[in-house]
Amino acid sequence: MLSQENRLSFFLSFASLLGVLLIWQFSTLPQASRSPYGIPDGNAEYQRLMGRSAVASTVRSDFPTPGAFARNAIEVLHAPFHNNGPNDRGIGWQLGASLLRVMIGYGLATLVAVPLGFVFGLQPVIQKALNPFVQILRPISPLAWMPIALYTIRDAELCAIFVIFICSLWPILLNTAFGVASIRREWLNVIRTLEVRWPQRLFFVLLPAAAPTILTGMRIGLGVAWLAIVAAEMLVGSSGIGYFVWNQWNNLSLSNVILAVLLIGLAGMALDAALAFVQRSVRYAE
Amino acid sequence: MQNSPALSPTFAEPHDADALVQVSGIGKRYRPDGPPVFSGVSFDIRPGEFVCLIGHSGCGKSSILNILSGLEQPSEGGVIMDGREITGPGLDRGVVFQGHALLPWLTALQNVTFAVRARHRHMPRHEIREKAEHYLAMVGLEAAMHKKPAELSGGMRQRVGIARAFCTQPRVLLMDEPFGALDALTRGMIQEELLKICAQTQQTVFMITHDVDEAIFLADRVLLMSNGPDARLAEDAYNPLPRSRTRETMHHEDGFYTFRNHLVDFLVRRSALAQKAATG
Repeated sequence: MLSQENRLSFFLSFASLLGVLLIWQFSTLPQASRSPYGIPDGNAEYQRLMGRSAVASTVRSDFPTPGAFARNAIEVLHAPFHNNGPNDRGIGWQLGASLLRVMIGYGLATLVAVPLGFVFGLQPVIQKALNPFVQILRPISPLAWMPIALYTIRDAELCAIFVIFICSLWPILLNTAFGVASIRREWLNVIRTLEVRWPQRLFFVLLPAAAPTILTGMRIGLGVAWLAIVAAEMLVGSSGIGYFVWNQWNNLSLSNVILAVLLIGLAGMALDAALAFVQRSVRYAE
Repeated sequence: MQNSPALSPTFAEPHDADALVQVSGIGKRYRPDGPPVFSGVSFDIRPGEFVCLIGHSGCGKSSILNILSGLEQPSEGGVIMDGREITGPGLDRGVVFQGHALLPWLTALQNVTFAVRARHRHMPRHEIREKAEHYLAMVGLEAAMHKKPAELSGGMRQRVGIARAFCTQPRVLLMDEPFGALDALTRGMIQEELLKICAQTQQTVFMITHDVDEAIFLADRVLLMSNGPDARLAEDAYNPLPRSRTRETMHHEDGFYTFRNHLVDFLVRRSALAQKAATG
């Protein structure tokens, strides 16, 4: 049984979706063709000169209508994993390629940032010493690294992974350091008075105590990684959803571009929801 | 020893030979240029004794307990336990913290199990669990052992804290105002349970409180601190009431009011005077 509030919010979100679709529909309706030179509408000679049939009096926008988009989307999603060479691969294949890159780059970033964050959090001296570098490196756009990465790594695939790695590293590192540094002092006193050994301290107290904050950093990092991968793939090319967007733009297939944009959003949402689920499972009430 | 003449002469006496804990002239100074929080504090704790330390806030009560637990180091003096100097925290001293300090992601049972496992590293899993359940039952928490601290009431949380401190079978139990945050009814119940358990297990306890009645009910000896800064141990008073006292009948015992008035008088008037005498 839905509550009153839930029903209302469901209705409102459905209505706003409908509103957007209606605006889309109306703004892509065929429009009366107008000549900028004062030639009367429906002039057959003008229409022929413009490459249209002589009787046409309207022009269709290049932007697809919702209906045209839906038909195209069904067709494209019908065989998402077809593969006819680098210029004609299914959208699922492209999305998968992007996800794989993100998983590798982000996974490496997590493996580096979480232990380093623990060192930062437990050793304020090291945090103080390295913090200036972190603060300088952190605001650099991941794409600014691209030329340096391309020159030094000389492999487009590894470059994309490096860009993901470098942009998701900082939020995870800083949140882990913050989470570990702000573990309640009394919990640390408990493990000291119980003479708990270091591995147990780490895995049974420090890690669970800092886990919610670490997961916050991991969620931010994954969001940044998913933002960066699309841009990176537009540059390095050959595969991935970013490459797909750029390729379809060059094909002037706006339907495919819109579909890809929607899928990017959905995939990003799914990734965040997965981490949010993990975060809920490690959250604790004090 | 630089105790002022106004203070009780017991401090001049040498340490008891059978004392479990010997505190010798400890002091704590947080800023090198400021006055010490307290200094020249010496006392003994004998095995099986329940010692309460009373004083106003700011006299360094908690610091003294932290020095005994090894979480803090004294700026001067030292503490000897079982013939060895205390240099850091250890399992021979169990601590019940002011806030319950339970790990909130673990259930009550897991919190106690964690401590049992820390004490008995090679004990089989089921024995550890049995032991933890035993100590939780001892504080009357059989029914709530699978709940997390956030789902427990303040009194139940502090009971878990007590079970966790007892389960490591420490030589000395150190308690830092363990019932300060509890309502009067819950506090009374837990005090009675604590006294019963301590009597059964012959537990040596050092407890900090600012509640005179709590001290009279629980303690064999009450140590009184003068006001800070530069607080001193002003008095070492033996509880004249028989150990068989109960909370309900305690105020009918001979000497209850004399002892209580003595303690209250100290806290109201003489703690400040003792400070003045000590600092000149």
